[in-house]
Amino acid sequence: MSRRVALEASHAVAEAVRMADVDVIAAYPITPQTHIPERLAEMVADGELSAAYIPVESEHSALSACLGAVAVGARTFTTTAGQGLELMHEVVYVASSMRYPMVMVIANRALSAPLSVWGDHSDVMSVRDTGWIQVFAQNNQEAFDLVLWGFRVAEDSRVLTPVMVNLDGFTLSHVTEAVILPEQDVVNGFLPPFHYPFALNPDKPATHGAFAAPDIYTETKISQEVALRKSKDILLQGWQEFGDMFGRRYYPVELYRVEGAKTLLLTMGSFTETAKMVIDARRDRGELVGLVSLRLWRPFPFTEFRQAVKEADTLIVLDRSISFGGQGGPVCSEVRSALFSEPKRPVVVSFVGGLGGRDMAEKDFGYVLDRGREVAAKGSAELFETVGVCGEVSGIRDL
Amino acid sequence: MAKKLTWRDLEVGNIVTEPGNSAERSTGDWRTERPVFDKSICIKCGLCWLHCPDSAIKILDDGYYDVDLFYCKGCGICESVCPKKGAIVMVEEEEK
Repeated sequence: MSRRVALEASHAVAEAVRMADVDVIAAYPITPQTHIPERLAEMVADGELSAAYIPVESEHSALSACLGAVAVGARTFTTTAGQGLELMHEVVYVASSMRYPMVMVIANRALSAPLSVWGDHSDVMSVRDTGWIQVFAQNNQEAFDLVLWGFRVAEDSRVLTPVMVNLDGFTLSHVTEAVILPEQDVVNGFLPPFHYPFALNPDKPATHGAFAAPDIYTETKISQEVALRKSKDILLQGWQEFGDMFGRRYYPVELYRVEGAKTLLLTMGSFTETAKMVIDARRDRGELVGLVSLRLWRPFPFTEFRQAVKEADTLIVLDRSISFGGQGGPVCSEVRSALFSEPKRPVVVSFVGGLGGRDMAEKDFGYVLDRGREVAAKGSAELFETVGVCGEVSGIRDL
Repeated sequence: MAKKLTWRDLEVGNIVTEPGNSAERSTGDWRTERPVFDKSICIKCGLCWLHCPDSAIKILDDGYYDVDLFYCKGCGICESVCPKKGAIVMVEEEEK
């Protein structure tokens, strides 16, 4: 029998890591991720989890230790947030380029300066182009599920690429809600033991992480790019099989009440659940609005995304970070680009909100829907608008 | 010479499964000068072999020395350390 227990997302992640029976955890605590390594360290100390817990001195060391662990074929987990991910950055690129499968949970946090421990997506957007498979959880159950799924697909011999599971700092990491924990034998049925085909072995020497001169570096990057794109089929198959076994089905682009919708709102992560309440209220008033949520961020699900928005007149994208000097939000920029060559495409309107833990309540999503439709109809002098900013904003425009 | 690899030839994560195959890689192709050895002057002291930073000096069957141009970068250290003037002389590479 599965159990229904009250857990914050951090502890749900720790349960998933325990049930995945990982071999090595190397992590450095940082707000708002702290409860994840704290709980895992406790599990290892109490004998609930037989794993090596490496208490490293920094995030750079954490991920470096993980590289070594995967190199010998260990199932490996790490987790960080905000500044920790920034300090780890160099090694983030190394892990994916060496095709070392592991799962890393990011409890998404704003970046300094000014110092903020609260949530937004600036941290993950700074590693957007590092070649990791990147997904977003909307609630605590999904945080649990995506960690299990993450190990399954990352370690697949056709993928061998690390998976980053994003969950919003505090909004998920520290909020308790009901989570269904499956039986261990069901988890074992979904997640086979990790067999890394290139594990270091003194009887069969090999070189990992060799130097590449200009005459081969290009080829290494193309091979990595093709592999990341080809992984998508396996990611989707993993979600299909997860759904068959656990009864919860995930998709790269998730749709909510989009039937006949003229206006679509696009969100990622925990924004999605609040947005659903607002969409419900508007639908009840007869408004033709719907919600599109990006679960899979990399590799970007172009086909599913274009299919999802092709009938809409207006697409309102709500970003949780700024791409300074660019289009506005990185998600909006991506989405506009994805639609550029489509013969029929909605007007795309860009909003930024929820920076550095600024609350996004139902009324704020209502504002985004109303103002978004107004901008779509009449245009705006600004490239994007910011939800709840104090003071009239001008000067965010093409120069 | 190692054959030119395409992106499809690369192992997952660019892992090298044949250790030591860097020896197949030509590293002497940007040389501007090369050493020429004269056996009539050489005393077989081996200082050139000892000092070469790239192990590009080889010992011949008769105990004399010569250069392996597959690796030699033309630094001239062998000529500089040679105690017998004229046994090793650096000459300019010519465009072929």
